[in-house]
Amino acid sequence: MVEHGDIRVVHRGGSKINSREPVVTNDSRFLLCASGERVKVFSTSTEECVHDLRGHTDLVTGVLLRPTNHLQVYSCSVDGTVRLWDFTDGILIKTYDIGYPVYAIYASANHEGVFFIVTPTQSDNRSELFQLVAVHLPQSGDQLVEAQELSAVLSNVSSNPAATGFGRGGEYIASAKGLHLEVYFFKKQKSYRFSLKEDNKKGGKNTLMCIACHPKDDCIATGHEDGKIRLWRNFNHKKEYTYTTLHWHHNAVSSLRFTPEGTNLLSGGLESVLVQWRYNQESERDFLPRLGSAITHIAVSPDGTLFCTSHSDNKITIIQSCVKVSAVIQGLVNGESVRTDLMVDPRSKSLVLNGKPGHLQFYSLQRDKLLYNLDIVQQEYIHELGLQQFEVVKVAFDAPGNWMATVEERKPKAAEPEINLKLWAFDEQTQSFVLNTTVSAPHEAQITSMCFSQAADGQTSMLVSASEDGHFKAWQLPRSACTEDEGPSWSCDFVGDYRGLAPQCCCFSADGSLLAVSFQEVVTVWSPASWELLTTLSQPPKAIRDLCFGRLGCSKYLMGTTASNLLCCWNLLTCSLEWSTSMDVSLLLSDPLTENMAAFCCQAESTDLFVFKPSEPRPVASLKAVCSGKVTRAVFAPREEMLESCEESSQWLNRSQLYFLTQHMDLMTFTTKAEEDRLAASSKQLFIDDSVAMTPFYLLLGKHRKQENQDSLTRLSAELMPLPRGSLAIKELLQSPAHVLPSTSVLCSMFVESLLVSVADGSEESKHAEEEMESEKEEEDSEGEMESRTPRPEPASPGLQSAESAAPALTKAQLKELRRVKKLDHGWLADLLLS
Amino acid sequence: MASFKPTKIQVYPKLGEKVTQDTLYWKNYKAPVQIKEFGAITSIDFSPVAPHNFAVTAFTRIHIYGPFSQEPVKTLTRFKDTAYCGRFRSDGQLLVAGCEDSVVRLFDVSGKAALRMFRGHTKAVHVTDFTSDRYQILTGSDDYTCRLWDIPNATELNSYREHTDYVRCGVTSKLNRDLFITGSYDHTLKLFDARADKSVMTMDHGQPVESLLLYPSEGLLVSAGGRHVKVWDLLKGGQPLVSMKNHHKTVTCLCLSSNGQRLLSASLDRHVKVYNTTNYKVVHNFDYAASILSLALAPNDESIVAGMTNSILSIKHRKSPEESAEVSGQQRRTPSYRVFVKGKNYAPKQDDYLVSKPVKQHLAKYDKQLRTFNVSNSLDTALTWTRLRKPEITVAVIKELDRRGTLKNALAGRDEQWLARLLNFLIGNLVDPRFAAVLAPAAEMILDVYRRVVGQSPLVDRQLLRLQELLEREIDYQQDLLEVLGMLDTLFASSLPRLEVPHPGTSRCFYWASCNYTF
Repeated sequence: MVEHGDIRVVHRGGSKINSREPVVTNDSRFLLCASGERVKVFSTSTEECVHDLRGHTDLVTGVLLRPTNHLQVYSCSVDGTVRLWDFTDGILIKTYDIGYPVYAIYASANHEGVFFIVTPTQSDNRSELFQLVAVHLPQSGDQLVEAQELSAVLSNVSSNPAATGFGRGGEYIASAKGLHLEVYFFKKQKSYRFSLKEDNKKGGKNTLMCIACHPKDDCIATGHEDGKIRLWRNFNHKKEYTYTTLHWHHNAVSSLRFTPEGTNLLSGGLESVLVQWRYNQESERDFLPRLGSAITHIAVSPDGTLFCTSHSDNKITIIQSCVKVSAVIQGLVNGESVRTDLMVDPRSKSLVLNGKPGHLQFYSLQRDKLLYNLDIVQQEYIHELGLQQFEVVKVAFDAPGNWMATVEERKPKAAEPEINLKLWAFDEQTQSFVLNTTVSAPHEAQITSMCFSQAADGQTSMLVSASEDGHFKAWQLPRSACTEDEGPSWSCDFVGDYRGLAPQCCCFSADGSLLAVSFQEVVTVWSPASWELLTTLSQPPKAIRDLCFGRLGCSKYLMGTTASNLLCCWNLLTCSLEWSTSMDVSLLLSDPLTENMAAFCCQAESTDLFVFKPSEPRPVASLKAVCSGKVTRAVFAPREEMLESCEESSQWLNRSQLYFLTQHMDLMTFTTKAEEDRLAASSKQLFIDDSVAMTPFYLLLGKHRKQENQDSLTRLSAELMPLPRGSLAIKELLQSPAHVLPSTSVLCSMFVESLLVSVADGSEESKHAEEEMESEKEEEDSEGEMESRTPRPEPASPGLQSAESAAPALTKAQLKELRRVKKLDHGWLADLLLS
Repeated sequence: MASFKPTKIQVYPKLGEKVTQDTLYWKNYKAPVQIKEFGAITSIDFSPVAPHNFAVTAFTRIHIYGPFSQEPVKTLTRFKDTAYCGRFRSDGQLLVAGCEDSVVRLFDVSGKAALRMFRGHTKAVHVTDFTSDRYQILTGSDDYTCRLWDIPNATELNSYREHTDYVRCGVTSKLNRDLFITGSYDHTLKLFDARADKSVMTMDHGQPVESLLLYPSEGLLVSAGGRHVKVWDLLKGGQPLVSMKNHHKTVTCLCLSSNGQRLLSASLDRHVKVYNTTNYKVVHNFDYAASILSLALAPNDESIVAGMTNSILSIKHRKSPEESAEVSGQQRRTPSYRVFVKGKNYAPKQDDYLVSKPVKQHLAKYDKQLRTFNVSNSLDTALTWTRLRKPEITVAVIKELDRRGTLKNALAGRDEQWLARLLNFLIGNLVDPRFAAVLAPAAEMILDVYRRVVGQSPLVDRQLLRLQELLEREIDYQQDLLEVLGMLDTLFASSLPRLEVPHPGTSRCFYWASCNYTF
């Protein structure tokens, strides 16, 4: 994140959730997964993100439930720390500083106070060699602990977390790398190494991809590159080991997992089929096909009721053990490349880009949630390596959002590319796009650019597509010519070319009266009404890279960037160059709501952003070193509500927001300080209002206890502001978003209670009821403690014991007594004192 | 969870004109009956009374045909020279005709000899017509005059000498016995009133006028001359309303459909165009074998009769309702409505327990086989579709197999019979421009796979030779097309106006021609 005075560049959602294996909690209610620099906690039933565990400063590489406490979780990161979290409340409990980047973390119940991590052998990050290291946790009460007791267990392991696993409750650890399987027995302190030949007879590749150890039995399952699964037995002998081979997958097995009881083995790979093998009866298999895309990880909940598969399209599928999909958590799909430009759907204001193969994804920027995937190609996707698939390469929307045009492309080997142009009409009834016209082979070569006419009258829709075959074509929807059995469909209206050159980009002026098409270094300006070539503009020596008409008051200007690092501004009234400047602009785009234009300039490995008006030579804002690398995709998205910023440098952000994709496919945006404060405030509100773990009983009691805590002197939390009771409840009701509120039946009692004059008045009567509730309160107190942000006193956990040691030593019975006294209602006493 | 997406069968656009109500109406005629006459057919006129016989004037005769006869029911041969413009009177009893020898003859339809001979013109008479009171005859002649004759007395009533060139067309008003209009090669149309000695209205058509037509209301006049068809408003003093230029040779004949909604124009360019009389746009087009000189529509559009320069008379009769129903009735009988709703309209009673059943996706057989990756079998299934004349489905399956990268597997390992069937399919469809892009790689693949065994089976070899021959012919054809395209380009380039801006070669309607094949 780079700061520029007031404006900051921030990550905006869409980070990967499929990079590492997800973790399901013991009670199967939550799912934890590493997502960029955070750990996300999802509810397995509602698919909502419940918490966001923030704290790491680099990529999180592993999440692991703490074996000794099922309410806590470890996360490790490349930033060299392992953090311990309480995921039900989203609190950071402890940070262990390792000092080396951590790539994977393992722990087992057998090894108390130790966890195992994978770090590079050399301290510099670039080394290719990794080792498995045991870390002994120091006993300390501090938040930040430096862990220095490291002992190497295995050297030369794979950095892939799936390639290492604990067997039989932690008796041995098995690790696979390349063609070798290494098993280390902790008791004997001895390791065995087994090797396979590189190729078997039939030409399959034996490389080990993943590993899973049977929880009860001495058996290790390994997945191989040729799709075979081997079950290794008797591996505590150097020579007499045996293995059996299972074969169903036709591509590499990417993940393997045993169910907790060891009765089943789950495997998955590129085929996107989850295969369930019966242990010891391997001929019996269950399949769950059509999971959408390649399976990258499989996780099983500790009680065995849920399976989770994470997929290559940034998706986590939650599957019940009866092999039925129960929920799907879908993140922003940004695969290897974004072929389409970033687009904003004018109706839903969502970000549109190509996602799953052959699909377009509509991603809500406000809610950071995938709205839906639209199937563009409408063909069965064949999961096979090396097969040329149809890809969506271009998208365009018309100004009111009634029409969408898509181009899909497939390049078979040694054959001409197949191109389809599809036009989609928005259907009000289903609220989605419906295919209207398919034009197969609209051009003979790749389509380089496509845009809709911006005509405001909405009478005629026109689409222009430019292609490398040297033509640009105008497509029009005829108004009248439609027979009764089928609606109007698009047809070609005009084919234009210019000296046999290939058109690069095309752009309509704001009122749709001019079309600019660039051919190499020449910009041709056409009138779409008569298809006359009006004028040509050119600024040699190099080809035009980007074209953009000015908006609103600047609509007489045409901006262009050339490959020879020139940014030119032509005045279309005089047909002459107004001004030009030398800068290497990698991307030029205009804000549809204002006169502003944004230019991303690539300079010495980093990108600068200039925001300017075509009429003024001085930029409105310039931000240096926005990110490293080249920015090639960006979009202006209109804001839901306007910002009132008076500072000149950030005024351009008032009406729309600028999103861009970096080289590493991170979606970033620009925010101002004021906006961030507002967001933070609202998120805090959300956090307090979080109600997933709340029961009606808890709501009533918890509310009561808050007041109680005010009376008592032990005030720990500064965050719980003493607010008037009634107003707080009502405010909660009114301000929290509807989708996070508990059901009305729950809210009703709280709301009614808030309308009562005062609880203190009736304290005499309520006291009896209070005593009856005492026993139930005992059960609830653990949650009450978390509410007040103190670590949970649990003698079993060494980390927390040290926290207690600061206080005078008390026995367990004394502690309990003290807590009961604290909990007694002292309200009547306060009443007495006041009266 | 996504379900299997069936193979997309490409819908190919139907080439040619769009199906509209007009095309349906004007195509609903039987194959034409062709009758050879003795010379160019200059005039066709339908009798206004019941059997609606029609008189065909060709060379020195007038034949009168019955509505469904192919032999003339009557022949009038008493002409010394070429006859012109045989016209029925409104009661269908009398017929008048001009002649090259300048004599106008009046016939009784039942008799053979002329009842009256009107002599007075000095040159060929090309225009004859009865006035609406049935007692007078209008004639127009190449001596630049037009005259009115009295039938009972066989005397000339009046002579108008206003045109300065041949009078080649004329029409009398059906509502007023005194009004008539003549058109001449001096480019003018003149409206005469028999009560006055002079023309009352003159309109300039701009080209030699070949044909005239009055609307039934007689407020609008249509004239044809040169390549233009013009509509004039008589009530506004002869103001031109519309000028149409849809033919590329002289328009020779005009005619109105029986309901007055459509105007037909016939031309020497061998086309008949049908216009909508509200917006004067061409809604349909007929082609004939030779230049058309005369055209007539039977009452109620029961038949279209056209006479051509090569002396062929073409008669097209309207299909009877049974016959037109026959065409659509050829489709397979579909199950009755009852079969489709079977049990679907059952409303559950109050205490019924509804068991939800997953809807089973219906898949075609080849799709079922594709779903289970049974590629060879799916190709077999798809090939059976050729028998049902649906090559689109076979082509779509071949395309899908190609996309899956398994087309080679599906094609390989076949026997002689099967290969012969596939080659047969290729020979039938390879040169179809809609399928060539898919089938050409498939054909190459077949040659690759079976290259080793060529020469073992006489059946397959024969078909391969046929395929080769077909391709050679197609290549020649494409070359010819490209040559034509080149010629057209030069023509267009030379006809484009010179602009100051270097103008690009825009090809607006000829881009379709550039779909060349790559073999």
